[in-house]
Amino acid sequence: MSKGRYGIHGGQYIPEILMNEIINLEKAYEHFKNDPEFKAELKKLLNEYAGRPSLLYYAEKMSKDLGGAKIYLKREDLNHTGSHKINNVLGQALMAQKMGKTRVIAETGAGQHGVATATAAALLGLECEIFMGKEDTDRQALNVYRMELLGAKVHAVTSGTMTLKDAVNETMREWTARVHDTHYVLGSVMGPHPFPMIVRDFQSVISEEAREQILELEGKLPDVVLACVGGGSNAMGMFYNFIADTGVKLIGCEAAGHGIDTEKHAATIAKGKLGVFHGMKSYFCQDKYGQIAPVYSISAGLDYPGIGPEHANLHDSGRAEYVPITDDEAVEAFEYLARTEGIICAIESAHAVAQAKKIAGNLSKDQIIIICLSGRGDKDVAAIARYKGVSIYE
Amino acid sequence: MSNIAEAFKNGKAFIGFVTGGDPTLEKSEEFILAMVQGGADLVEIGIPFSDPIAEGPVIQEANIRALAAGATVDKIFDLVVSVRQKTEVPLVFLTYLNPVFNYGYSRFFQRCAEAGVDGIIIPDLPYEEKGELTETAAGFGVDVISLIAPTSEQRIKQIAAEATGFIYVVSSMGVTGMRSEIKTDLRSIIGVIREASSVPTAVGFGINTPKQAEELAEITDGVIVGSAIVKIVEKYGEEAGPYIYDYVQSMKNAVRDIV
Repeated sequence: MSKGRYGIHGGQYIPEILMNEIINLEKAYEHFKNDPEFKAELKKLLNEYAGRPSLLYYAEKMSKDLGGAKIYLKREDLNHTGSHKINNVLGQALMAQKMGKTRVIAETGAGQHGVATATAAALLGLECEIFMGKEDTDRQALNVYRMELLGAKVHAVTSGTMTLKDAVNETMREWTARVHDTHYVLGSVMGPHPFPMIVRDFQSVISEEAREQILELEGKLPDVVLACVGGGSNAMGMFYNFIADTGVKLIGCEAAGHGIDTEKHAATIAKGKLGVFHGMKSYFCQDKYGQIAPVYSISAGLDYPGIGPEHANLHDSGRAEYVPITDDEAVEAFEYLARTEGIICAIESAHAVAQAKKIAGNLSKDQIIIICLSGRGDKDVAAIARYKGVSIYE
Repeated sequence: MSNIAEAFKNGKAFIGFVTGGDPTLEKSEEFILAMVQGGADLVEIGIPFSDPIAEGPVIQEANIRALAAGATVDKIFDLVVSVRQKTEVPLVFLTYLNPVFNYGYSRFFQRCAEAGVDGIIIPDLPYEEKGELTETAAGFGVDVISLIAPTSEQRIKQIAAEATGFIYVVSSMGVTGMRSEIKTDLRSIIGVIREASSVPTAVGFGINTPKQAEELAEITDGVIVGSAIVKIVEKYGEEAGPYIYDYVQSMKNAVRDIV
């Protein structure tokens, strides 16, 4: 069995044309992750440019309103560019620069990863091209323009379902055409090894900080940690340093769209089965012949038919639990957090907020929930208005 | 041991590709037989996949047409069973790993053996991962075709040493599709392959004119054409048969006697 396995999941299922490139990438990463100079440079970027460490905020009003556990929000939405995506992007872009690459490419769903990549590329002087499904360029038009302002070229992908999976397909195709000077900044804990490991490591700063912060604030570990899951990068970053703390319950919140009993969802753990796609063995929404299913979620960032291999393994082992959250529940939580705490979070993150609303009341007042608030919701305001049937000037 | 070696016994080989079920299964059978009559030495049949990441736009569209027309793995097997009653030409599947994995490796390769499929090309199954199915495939006499790319460098010998059937040499960077020029130094890549293996080589990706085929036939045992044939299907639809025959004949004539 090949490298990069998480139980039965993971691996390197990609065209031969890319194999030497990812072998080189793994070598480079193994070098840089132990290189004091690289580590210092990345830490400086994370702290002085991206605004880390992010706050761990006690959501007192929400906690009292729900009448159970104390709820803390890990405020990744306050990072520069407005989401956790910047953590991984700064790491990969810095590494790409040091590997001698002059160009970065990336897929994006909601546009957050694309914006983060375009930002890092501008800062580090790299050429940048972003691939985004046509459906997503339509529903996230503002992010498209942000990327263009940052100097990136945005390609609207018109193949397949014109969403995140097709954006990944197209970015991989582009990479096979031009690997010598180009690094693919993969945005989630997915794809062929070493990407799931690299992205997880760069995102694990979330739980590294959160763990220290909660111990300092409360003198104990949380009872529950919640995060939304599409490919699973913020969730993997939020879970990682708590995996060894077996008393901490880890819950990933998948997009159930119109409901997991309909065809309109993106709930991979609830409804998917084992398969091989986008370079990895994991769970995927697919039909009986292994054709990848068209998936749906109100959230472009969770609208993906697969899940990272390490999550698939955490599910198999029972270490983490994955629950489906519908569009309706997510929108309700989005509005609830805005009105209760004055925080407009990303519709992706609202899936985790919705799960907190379901369980907080059943926990006691001395128990603690941490929600990873993976991004801010400015990008979603127009879509939420549409969803509510409210006509606004965009 | 499959029948693939036969494909390299009629001078330099011409290998043609169609996506199974594009535009219909019946028409695919007609197109495959037209290729054989036109002189194709081996035919690749694509099992359509929803997300063919190694394909350019022409074959992507063919996958969409075939799936929309109702092609499934089972129906492609039926197509092969029917084709096999009419020709002994070596037949090789081209598909992605997920449909094969999903079908179950044993069940899939058993059906290949029953239907008369000689080999399979899986673009998203590199050397590192092939171990999970090569034994099963070999047990049913199906060759898992190895691909070597312009970026393979130090991997060429390793891959070639374990190759069976034929070695698929990818001519260019990028995805499948017609190209006006092939710049890769294929002569030296094939030279390295020859140090490690006596399995025949065939070059694919980008080839579409008899002149390109003729030039490549000087350095390789066969040429593979996919997108140019699928483009004929795209253009003429159900009427594509005679055009495919003419095209394949012109390509085979261009390579047959090259030494």
